[in-house]
Amino acid sequence: MEVVGVNTADQYLKAIYLVQELENGPASTGRVAEMLDVSPASANEMIGKLEDSGLLDHEKYKGVDLTDEGIQRARDALQTYCIIERFLVEVLDVEEFRAEATQLQSVIDETVAERLDTIIDREPQCPDCFAPEADVCSLLELEADAAD
Amino acid sequence: MEGFPVSLQQPLVSDHQLARLLQIGVVLEEVVEARAYEHARSLDDADLDPETEALLEEAAEESAEHRERLEGLVDELEAESVPFDEIQALVEQQYESDADFDGVLYDQLCNEETAYKFYDDLIEAIEGSDVRFSVDRDRLLATLESIREDEAAGVEDVTRLMEARE
Repeated sequence: MEVVGVNTADQYLKAIYLVQELENGPASTGRVAEMLDVSPASANEMIGKLEDSGLLDHEKYKGVDLTDEGIQRARDALQTYCIIERFLVEVLDVEEFRAEATQLQSVIDETVAERLDTIIDREPQCPDCFAPEADVCSLLELEADAAD
Repeated sequence: MEGFPVSLQQPLVSDHQLARLLQIGVVLEEVVEARAYEHARSLDDADLDPETEALLEEAAEESAEHRERLEGLVDELEAESVPFDEIQALVEQQYESDADFDGVLYDQLCNEETAYKFYDDLIEAIEGSDVRFSVDRDRLLATLESIREDEAAGVEDVTRLMEARE
Protein backbone atom coordinates (compact mmCIF):
# COMPACT_ATOMS: atom_id res chain seq x y z
CA MET A 1 0.00 0.00 0.00
CA GLU A 2 1.79 3.04 -1.36
CA VAL A 3 0.20 5.59 0.93
CA VAL A 4 1.34 3.76 4.00
CA GLY A 5 4.83 3.47 2.55
CA VAL A 6 5.13 7.21 2.20
CA ASN A 7 3.59 7.77 5.60
CA THR A 8 5.96 5.28 7.15
CA ALA A 9 8.91 7.25 5.82
CA ASP A 10 7.36 10.46 7.12
CA GLN A 11 6.82 8.95 10.55
CA TYR A 12 10.48 7.97 10.70
CA LEU A 13 11.56 11.45 9.64
CA LYS A 14 9.32 13.01 12.27
CA ALA A 15 10.67 10.69 14.99
CA ILE A 16 14.28 11.40 14.00
CA TYR A 17 13.58 15.12 13.99
CA LEU A 18 12.15 14.95 17.51
CA VAL A 19 14.98 12.77 18.83
CA GLN A 20 17.47 15.22 17.33
CA GLU A 21 15.71 18.04 19.14
CA LEU A 22 15.77 16.14 22.41
CA GLU A 23 19.41 15.11 22.04
CA ASN A 24 20.49 18.38 20.54
CA GLY A 25 22.58 16.59 17.93
CA PRO A 26 22.50 13.43 15.87
CA ALA A 27 19.81 10.90 16.81
CA SER A 28 20.86 7.46 17.98
CA THR A 29 19.13 4.75 15.98
CA GLY A 30 18.22 2.96 19.23
CA ARG A 31 16.27 5.94 20.44
CA VAL A 32 14.52 6.34 17.09
CA ALA A 33 13.49 2.66 17.22
CA GLU A 34 12.24 3.15 20.75
CA MET A 35 10.17 6.19 19.84
CA LEU A 36 8.52 4.33 16.99
CA ASP A 37 8.19 1.11 18.93
CA VAL A 38 9.96 -0.93 16.24
CA SER A 39 12.96 -3.26 16.38
CA PRO A 40 16.44 -1.74 15.93
CA ALA A 41 16.82 -3.92 12.82
CA SER A 42 13.72 -2.40 11.18
CA ALA A 43 14.87 1.07 12.15
CA ASN A 44 18.29 0.47 10.61
CA GLU A 45 16.77 -0.84 7.42
CA MET A 46 14.51 2.19 7.02
CA ILE A 47 17.27 4.62 7.96
CA GLY A 48 19.40 3.08 5.20
CA LYS A 49 16.62 3.71 2.68
CA LEU A 50 16.11 7.27 3.86
CA GLU A 51 19.84 7.84 3.52
CA ASP A 52 19.72 6.52 -0.06
CA SER A 53 16.93 9.02 -0.74
CA GLY A 54 19.15 11.85 0.49
CA LEU A 55 16.94 12.66 3.47
CA LEU A 56 19.54 11.98 6.15
CA ASP A 57 23.19 11.25 6.83
CA HIS A 58 24.05 8.26 8.96
CA GLU A 59 27.40 7.97 10.65
CA LYS A 60 28.18 4.81 12.57
CA TYR A 61 28.52 5.29 16.34
CA LYS A 62 27.44 8.89 15.96
CA GLY A 63 23.90 8.63 14.79
CA VAL A 64 21.54 10.09 12.27
CA ASP A 65 21.41 13.67 11.04
CA LEU A 66 18.58 14.89 8.79
CA THR A 67 19.53 16.78 5.64
CA ASP A 68 17.74 20.05 4.81
CA GLU A 69 15.28 18.14 2.66
CA GLY A 70 14.77 15.61 5.45
CA ILE A 71 14.14 18.40 7.95
CA GLN A 72 11.55 19.96 5.67
CA ARG A 73 9.66 16.70 5.26
CA ALA A 74 9.92 15.94 8.96
CA ARG A 75 8.48 19.35 9.84
CA ASP A 76 5.61 18.84 7.39
CA ALA A 77 4.87 15.46 8.95
CA LEU A 78 5.04 16.94 12.43
CA GLN A 79 2.68 19.70 11.39
CA THR A 80 0.18 17.14 10.07
CA TYR A 81 0.45 15.29 13.38
CA CYS A 82 -0.12 18.55 15.29
CA ILE A 83 -3.23 19.28 13.21
CA ILE A 84 -4.63 15.80 13.89
CA GLU A 85 -3.93 16.10 17.64
CA ARG A 86 -5.44 19.54 17.88
CA PHE A 87 -8.45 18.52 15.81
CA LEU A 88 -9.07 15.51 18.06
CA VAL A 89 -8.93 17.70 21.16
CA GLU A 90 -10.73 20.81 19.94
CA VAL A 91 -13.40 19.34 17.68
CA LEU A 92 -13.95 15.74 18.77
CA ASP A 93 -13.04 16.03 22.49
CA VAL A 94 -10.91 12.91 22.38
CA GLU A 95 -9.12 12.13 25.64
CA GLU A 96 -6.64 9.61 24.27
CA PHE A 97 -5.68 11.99 21.49
CA ARG A 98 -1.97 11.09 21.41
CA ALA A 99 -2.55 7.41 20.78
CA GLU A 100 -5.35 8.13 18.32
CA ALA A 101 -3.32 10.73 16.42
CA THR A 102 -0.52 8.19 16.08
CA GLN A 103 -2.97 5.69 14.60
CA LEU A 104 -4.63 8.24 12.37
CA GLN A 105 -1.47 9.66 10.87
CA SER A 106 -1.14 6.57 8.69
CA VAL A 107 -4.60 7.13 7.21
CA ILE A 108 -5.00 10.92 7.26
CA ASP A 109 -2.70 12.53 4.75
CA GLU A 110 -1.43 16.07 4.43
CA THR A 111 -4.20 17.32 2.13
CA VAL A 112 -6.93 16.00 4.41
CA ALA A 113 -5.18 17.51 7.43
CA GLU A 114 -5.12 20.87 5.64
CA ARG A 115 -8.92 20.82 5.45
CA LEU A 116 -9.22 19.91 9.12
CA ASP A 117 -6.84 22.80 9.77
CA THR A 118 -9.50 25.26 8.51
CA ILE A 119 -11.52 24.82 11.71
CA ILE A 120 -8.88 24.67 14.44
CA ASP A 121 -6.81 27.32 16.20
CA ARG A 122 -3.24 26.57 15.27
CA GLU A 123 -0.49 29.07 15.97
CA PRO A 124 1.63 30.39 13.11
CA GLN A 125 4.85 29.11 14.69
CA CYS A 126 3.65 25.49 14.34
CA PRO A 127 5.43 23.05 14.53
CA ASP A 128 8.07 24.87 16.61
CA CYS A 129 5.75 24.85 19.63
CA PHE A 130 5.63 21.05 19.69
CA ALA A 131 6.97 19.61 22.96
CA PRO A 132 8.56 16.23 22.16
CA GLU A 133 8.57 14.95 25.77
CA ALA A 134 4.87 15.59 26.21
CA ASP A 135 4.10 14.46 22.65
CA VAL A 136 1.79 17.42 22.17
CA CYS A 137 1.86 21.08 21.17
CA SER A 138 2.94 23.12 24.18
CA LEU A 139 0.31 25.75 23.35
CA LEU A 140 -2.63 23.37 23.23
CA GLU A 141 -4.88 23.89 26.22
CA LEU A 142 -5.86 20.58 27.70
CA GLU A 143 -8.74 20.49 30.12
CA ALA A 144 -7.55 17.29 31.75
CA ASP A 145 -4.11 18.76 32.44
CA ALA A 146 -5.57 21.95 33.84
CA ALA A 147 -7.52 19.90 36.36
CA ASP A 148 -4.39 18.13 37.65
CA MET B 1 9.09 6.16 -2.09
CA GLU B 2 7.12 2.98 -2.79
CA GLY B 3 8.34 -0.24 -1.39
CA PHE B 4 9.28 0.91 2.08
CA PRO B 5 8.56 -1.62 4.78
CA VAL B 6 5.16 -1.16 6.28
CA SER B 7 6.12 -1.94 9.85
CA LEU B 8 4.49 1.24 11.06
CA GLN B 9 1.19 0.65 9.37
CA GLN B 10 -1.46 0.74 12.02
CA PRO B 11 -4.17 -1.46 10.61
CA LEU B 12 -7.76 -0.56 11.17
CA VAL B 13 -8.48 -2.88 14.08
CA SER B 14 -11.64 -1.83 15.81
CA ASP B 15 -15.13 -0.38 15.58
CA HIS B 16 -13.77 2.51 17.59
CA GLN B 17 -11.17 3.41 14.97
CA LEU B 18 -13.64 2.97 12.14
CA ALA B 19 -16.16 5.19 13.92
CA ARG B 20 -13.47 7.83 14.46
CA LEU B 21 -12.60 7.89 10.76
CA LEU B 22 -16.25 8.10 9.78
CA GLN B 23 -16.70 10.97 12.26
CA ILE B 24 -13.82 12.74 10.54
CA GLY B 25 -15.58 12.10 7.22
CA VAL B 26 -18.72 13.72 8.62
CA VAL B 27 -16.73 16.78 9.72
CA LEU B 28 -15.02 17.04 6.32
CA GLU B 29 -18.44 17.04 4.64
CA GLU B 30 -19.67 19.64 7.09
CA VAL B 31 -16.65 21.82 6.33
CA VAL B 32 -17.35 21.55 2.60
CA GLU B 33 -21.00 22.41 3.10
CA ALA B 34 -20.32 25.36 5.38
CA ARG B 35 -17.56 26.72 3.15
CA ALA B 36 -19.81 26.49 0.11
CA TYR B 37 -22.35 28.70 1.94
CA GLU B 38 -19.63 31.14 2.97
CA HIS B 39 -18.30 31.30 -0.58
CA ALA B 40 -21.73 32.00 -1.99
CA ARG B 41 -22.20 34.75 0.57
CA SER B 42 -18.75 36.31 0.07
CA LEU B 43 -19.14 36.48 -3.69
CA ASP B 44 -22.47 38.24 -3.44
CA ASP B 45 -24.78 39.07 -6.30
CA ALA B 46 -22.47 41.19 -8.41
CA ASP B 47 -19.87 38.48 -8.82
CA LEU B 48 -21.86 35.31 -8.59
CA ASP B 49 -22.69 33.90 -12.00
CA PRO B 50 -25.48 31.30 -12.20
CA GLU B 51 -23.12 28.44 -12.95
CA THR B 52 -20.92 29.04 -9.94
CA GLU B 53 -23.95 29.58 -7.78
CA ALA B 54 -25.40 26.28 -8.95
CA LEU B 55 -22.09 24.53 -8.36
CA LEU B 56 -21.86 25.78 -4.78
CA GLU B 57 -25.47 24.89 -4.10
CA GLU B 58 -24.98 21.40 -5.46
CA ALA B 59 -21.80 20.94 -3.46
CA ALA B 60 -23.61 21.91 -0.26
CA GLU B 61 -26.51 19.57 -1.00
CA GLU B 62 -24.27 16.71 -1.91
CA SER B 63 -22.22 17.12 1.26
CA ALA B 64 -25.36 17.17 3.37
CA GLU B 65 -26.45 13.93 1.75
CA HIS B 66 -23.04 12.29 2.25
CA ARG B 67 -23.02 13.43 5.82
CA GLU B 68 -26.37 11.78 6.50
CA ARG B 69 -25.19 8.50 5.06
CA LEU B 70 -22.00 8.60 7.14
CA GLU B 71 -23.95 9.57 10.25
CA GLY B 72 -26.08 6.47 9.77
CA LEU B 73 -22.94 4.32 9.91
CA VAL B 74 -21.53 6.22 12.89
CA ASP B 75 -24.83 5.63 14.72
CA GLU B 76 -24.66 1.92 14.03
CA LEU B 77 -21.19 1.88 15.57
CA GLU B 78 -22.70 3.53 18.62
CA ALA B 79 -20.68 6.70 18.29
CA GLU B 80 -21.81 10.27 17.90
CA SER B 81 -21.38 12.75 15.08
CA VAL B 82 -20.48 16.38 15.57
CA PRO B 83 -23.61 18.46 14.81
CA PHE B 84 -23.46 20.61 11.68
CA ASP B 85 -24.10 23.91 13.46
CA GLU B 86 -21.01 23.35 15.61
CA ILE B 87 -18.77 22.92 12.56
CA GLN B 88 -20.52 25.74 10.74
CA ALA B 89 -19.69 28.08 13.64
CA LEU B 90 -16.03 27.02 13.52
CA VAL B 91 -15.88 27.53 9.76
CA GLU B 92 -17.43 30.99 10.11
CA GLN B 93 -14.91 31.96 12.79
CA GLN B 94 -11.91 30.98 10.70
CA TYR B 95 -13.22 31.77 7.26
CA GLU B 96 -11.17 34.16 5.24
CA SER B 97 -12.94 35.31 2.19
CA ASP B 98 -11.39 34.10 -1.02
CA ALA B 99 -12.94 37.19 -2.53
CA ASP B 100 -12.90 36.20 -6.17
CA PHE B 101 -14.08 33.39 -8.37
CA ASP B 102 -10.76 31.77 -8.90
CA GLY B 103 -10.20 31.51 -5.17
CA VAL B 104 -13.63 30.07 -4.59
CA LEU B 105 -13.43 27.57 -7.41
CA TYR B 106 -9.95 26.56 -6.38
CA ASP B 107 -11.15 25.98 -2.82
CA GLN B 108 -14.04 23.93 -4.14
CA LEU B 109 -11.61 21.87 -6.19
CA CYS B 110 -9.49 21.26 -3.08
CA ASN B 111 -12.61 20.21 -1.19
CA GLU B 112 -13.58 17.61 -3.75
CA GLU B 113 -10.04 16.33 -4.22
CA THR B 114 -9.45 16.09 -0.50
CA ALA B 115 -12.69 14.26 0.08
CA TYR B 116 -11.84 11.85 -2.74
CA LYS B 117 -8.43 11.17 -1.21
CA PHE B 118 -9.94 10.65 2.23
CA TYR B 119 -12.49 8.08 1.06
CA ASP B 120 -9.93 6.39 -1.15
CA ASP B 121 -7.51 5.94 1.76
CA LEU B 122 -10.31 4.87 4.09
CA ILE B 123 -11.58 2.23 1.63
CA GLU B 124 -8.02 0.95 1.24
CA ALA B 125 -7.59 0.75 5.01
CA ILE B 126 -10.86 -1.15 5.40
CA GLU B 127 -9.99 -3.52 2.58
CA GLY B 128 -6.60 -4.13 4.18
CA SER B 129 -8.14 -5.06 7.50
CA ASP B 130 -9.68 -8.43 8.29
CA VAL B 131 -11.55 -7.24 11.35
CA ARG B 132 -15.27 -7.94 11.60
CA PHE B 133 -16.88 -4.58 12.23
CA SER B 134 -20.37 -4.29 13.68
CA VAL B 135 -21.55 -2.74 10.45
CA ASP B 136 -21.87 -4.95 7.44
CA ARG B 137 -18.60 -4.73 5.52
CA ASP B 138 -20.16 -4.89 2.05
CA ARG B 139 -22.64 -2.17 2.82
CA LEU B 140 -19.92 -0.06 4.44
CA LEU B 141 -17.67 -0.36 1.39
CA ALA B 142 -20.53 0.17 -1.05
CA THR B 143 -21.51 3.38 0.75
CA LEU B 144 -17.97 4.73 0.80
CA GLU B 145 -17.36 3.76 -2.82
CA SER B 146 -20.48 5.52 -3.99
CA ILE B 147 -19.51 8.66 -2.05
CA ARG B 148 -16.01 8.47 -3.53
CA GLU B 149 -17.56 8.32 -7.00
CA ASP B 150 -19.54 11.49 -6.29
CA GLU B 151 -16.33 13.22 -5.26
CA ALA B 152 -14.60 12.15 -8.47
CA ALA B 153 -17.52 13.57 -10.46
CA GLY B 154 -17.29 16.73 -8.35
CA VAL B 155 -13.62 17.19 -9.26
CA GLU B 156 -14.59 16.93 -12.92
CA ASP B 157 -17.42 19.45 -12.58
CA VAL B 158 -15.22 22.07 -10.93
CA THR B 159 -12.40 21.47 -13.40
CA ARG B 160 -14.81 21.92 -16.30
CA LEU B 161 -16.08 25.18 -14.88
CA MET B 162 -12.55 26.42 -14.25
CA GLU B 163 -11.52 25.59 -17.80
CA ALA B 164 -14.60 27.27 -19.23
CA ARG B 165 -13.65 30.46 -17.41
CA GLU B 166 -10.12 30.54 -18.76
